[in-house]
Amino acid sequence: MSDTPMRDYAAGTPMPDLGPTPWSTPKPLAESRVAIVTTAALHVVGDDGFTNDDTSFRVIPRARRDLALGHWSPNFDRAGFAADLDVVFPIDRLEELAAEGVIGSVAPRHLAFAGNQEDTLSAIRLDSGPRAAALLAGDAVDVVLLTPV
Amino acid sequence: MCVLAHVFEAAGLATVALISVRGVAERLPPPRGLYGEFPLGRPLGKPGDAAFQHDVLRRAFALLERASGPVLEDYPEVVESDDTPLACALPPRHDASLPAAVDEARALRAAYDRTLAARGVTSVGRAIDADAVPDALDALHRIAEGAAWPEAGLAADPVSIAHDIRSYYEEAAIALTDAPPAGGQTEAWFYEQTAGGRTLLAARAAMQAGGAPFPLWFYMARATR
Repeated sequence: MSDTPMRDYAAGTPMPDLGPTPWSTPKPLAESRVAIVTTAALHVVGDDGFTNDDTSFRVIPRARRDLALGHWSPNFDRAGFAADLDVVFPIDRLEELAAEGVIGSVAPRHLAFAGNQEDTLSAIRLDSGPRAAALLAGDAVDVVLLTPV
Repeated sequence: MCVLAHVFEAAGLATVALISVRGVAERLPPPRGLYGEFPLGRPLGKPGDAAFQHDVLRRAFALLERASGPVLEDYPEVVESDDTPLACALPPRHDASLPAAVDEARALRAAYDRTLAARGVTSVGRAIDADAVPDALDALHRIAEGAAWPEAGLAADPVSIAHDIRSYYEEAAIALTDAPPAGGQTEAWFYEQTAGGRTLLAARAAMQAGGAPFPLWFYMARATR
């Protein structure tokens, strides 16, 4: 089924003004530690899943591949994830890039959100987002790769 | 996700976002975004294709070399969804005394188990496990046949049940096909070809007609279904 209606719907939803886009100048990629932050609601099997209005995040240790897809939206393809984790969460690709020296290193912890947010976006902007940033900074992460579904 | 990009960047982390909806990124510009017109749910484009995924990442990380932003670029290759149902054999009827969906789900268990053994993980389990999928379909069958949904015996909320049933079928399909299906094919197979998918849609329609709360029936399936 075409994704055009869903893309049109998502693009037309009300969005607050976030102000100017911030900008950080990164160090060279080959020296950077990279983390993945996905909004696909992935979680390690056995960890708490996401509720349908959950704005928090789950931690995914670097070595874990036993990840479940806990997203509440039925409006996207799931078979790709079932066939290949990396099409959503490219952790093996990052490991390969680190081995080749393209990136400096792979972060020890990665994060998953569920794509939920209230109209004001305040929980993500003021609570779970900053907490996630602090966690990543504590792991000496330089670059964050954001992946949606 | 664009909001997270703003939060992280403001905290001193450089971000690169793979974008699945260009219109959102245009209105909430992340510092660096690479839009891929790929099936929703596949932000790296192609499952099982490491070379393609590496090319997506190479182009995304290249945005880190820009001196200023925001920057939003398009990945040059479009990967289309395919509405053609997956060519995937379905089991023959085994016990005609059962609703077709229940019989079918039982017969697909071996395929589901093969995928589980290969992957070591399943997305079934938000509300019910694989053992409970036939019973859940039995309850949906009763709803489709006219039973009031609160009394039909659903073990959890209908949206979570629907998630688990769809995941069960789509994971079973992985074991019944040779290559990763194109985006949309497995969904089309589930909703259009399987008794389980048709039963789910019929129950959803019955709940809507019966006045069930909107979120409880609407999110049981893709909005455009």
